[in-house]
Amino acid sequence: MSTPLLEVKNLSVSFDVSRPWLNRKLEGQDKVLLKAVNDVSFSINKGETFAIVGESGSGKSTIARLIVGLLKPSSGDVFFEGKSLSAGLEGAEARKLRRRFQMIFQDPFASLNPRWHVADIVAEPLRVFKTETGKQRREKVGELLSLVGLSPEDGAKFPHQFSGGQRQRIAIARALAANPDFIVCDEPTSALDVSVQAQILNLMKDLQDKLGLTYLFISHDLSVVRHMADRIGVLYLGRMAEIADAKSLFVDRQHPYTRMLLDAVPDLGMTGKPRKPVEGEIPSPLDPPSGCVFNPRCPLANARCRTERPELRLYGPTWAACHAVEEGRDKAA
Amino acid sequence: MSTPVLSVEGMTVQFPTRRGILTAVDDVSFSIKAGEVLGVVGESGAGKSMTGSAIIGLIEPPGRISSGQVFLHGERIDTLPAEKMRRVRGRKIGMIFQDPLTSLNPLYTVAEQLVETIRTHLPLSAADARKRAIGLLDDVGIPDASRRIDDYPHQFSGGMRQRVVIALALCADPDLVIADEPTTALDVSVQAQIIDVMKKLCAEKGAAIMLITHDMGVIAEIADRVAVMYAGRLAEIGPVRKVISDAAHPYTKGLMGSIPSLLSDAERLTQIPGSMPRLTAIPQGCPFNPRCSYAFDRCYIERPDPLPHDERRVACWLYDKEEALS
Repeated sequence: MSTPLLEVKNLSVSFDVSRPWLNRKLEGQDKVLLKAVNDVSFSINKGETFAIVGESGSGKSTIARLIVGLLKPSSGDVFFEGKSLSAGLEGAEARKLRRRFQMIFQDPFASLNPRWHVADIVAEPLRVFKTETGKQRREKVGELLSLVGLSPEDGAKFPHQFSGGQRQRIAIARALAANPDFIVCDEPTSALDVSVQAQILNLMKDLQDKLGLTYLFISHDLSVVRHMADRIGVLYLGRMAEIADAKSLFVDRQHPYTRMLLDAVPDLGMTGKPRKPVEGEIPSPLDPPSGCVFNPRCPLANARCRTERPELRLYGPTWAACHAVEEGRDKAA
Repeated sequence: MSTPVLSVEGMTVQFPTRRGILTAVDDVSFSIKAGEVLGVVGESGAGKSMTGSAIIGLIEPPGRISSGQVFLHGERIDTLPAEKMRRVRGRKIGMIFQDPLTSLNPLYTVAEQLVETIRTHLPLSAADARKRAIGLLDDVGIPDASRRIDDYPHQFSGGMRQRVVIALALCADPDLVIADEPTTALDVSVQAQIIDVMKKLCAEKGAAIMLITHDMGVIAEIADRVAVMYAGRLAEIGPVRKVISDAAHPYTKGLMGSIPSLLSDAERLTQIPGSMPRLTAIPQGCPFNPRCSYAFDRCYIERPDPLPHDERRVACWLYDKEEALS
């Protein structure tokens, strides 16, 4: 097998959420660390869409930020074409590497500078990486805007003159400006209406076919993920619960959390299947349960799940971190 | 047939602005029976929330209901003076808003907020009101309600807060609950719990629910009938099964096709070209005509009214019988 385009190895990050030093000393408290991402590993092949799903607070966006370098990992590393990103973040080579990564953010109302013309927003990566002359740059901006379904004349307008969907197109044009290979999309459609969401998702698929892009697609919407992804990682409380092909995840889910999540999706087909009641909520990451982090909500949990942390293991085509699956307890139940 | 709990007839909401009068809700009529859940769907700006606010008389001036009537149990409520309307609101109509954090006061405990609301509407002593409040929290599925009731809103998680808001809306056993995007801010697993709570309460207390949302999945799960709004008008209204599996209005068809499904393997989603017109620039005739692939001459001139078609009402000239005959 060839080297994956992006490889994430044992990535962890903790945030220090302690009270100020003086309070700690006076009140006799210890430092409090929040483990937002805990020992996460996955890899993404070229031309593939890898999706991460999970509830709020599961660490999806933190992973996105770690990969593009907006946050530094506490431990673990990210490899892009086999090159470590944390080892050489400074210098010209890192900058060259950075150019090939871009990010699309969730909220197109916050991610575009309201005081800049659209043309300047889209041209910013070109200016930063100094790849073209001024004239070439203007032409390129026009091309990019037509590529995402806007007209080159729109470059003279300001972001507030566009609707949410059009703004997200501008954000995509900006991401494409530096000719990236890899785009991290952090909930790119969750702020949009369904009909506009369909336009943006179709556009993203078309661009992937045309430009051979690789996506890391982060979402909480399982039906969107099913539509977009080749492979899916299910994240729960900062840990990977299951990694599977998109097809097998929806047909043959392994981890009890994935089952719960899929059963909870409202059923548009109205097959009238009784919905399984969902138990509990995601626990506080400040005080995660011992053993398997899912054990307080898991119908299959036993003593081993409460003490021993499960590792990701391969079951058929699917990686899952679950003792119940390993012992076959899920089939018995 | 008994009188419906809520009946809205030809309601139009307008906002006078410097650039002319904006019509946010345009000639909308529907009714909800006791124990029924009416889902109202549409994209942002379609006038869903405005319809809800208009019914309970919470439109910010200078906006106003410029024509039409709203009846609660056959009694007209859109013309009630503010003081009387306030007594209807909360007592007979409960509201659930999208963001549970902003609809609870962070400075008061849940108990104080519930007891205050209960005692405003019902003649109960403080102790009885507290008992009722604990009962309500139990009903909406808050574990250990008698202890949690003295917590502040920030001590609850998002899903639990939304349950408190539902309890607050149900304080006085209202006949009608207007829920404006009650599950939008929540994760799917929590959303499923909230839907279950609402379904159960509706069945037990026989309250009518008007559920405003943009999520078709939620509608399919809980609603009996669904109204699809577009540019302030009703595009289609009818039984939920009919509308979802066999949409008649071209807009509903497009909307349904644009939702990615967990079951099917469509390579591309159906997309409706363009976006919803701004309220300042609603086209003549049918407001959907610039985006509609079926549009013909009549659609650009004459505005369609919702007409009966196959157990529902559809505002589309494609279903006008007279036209079909000629």
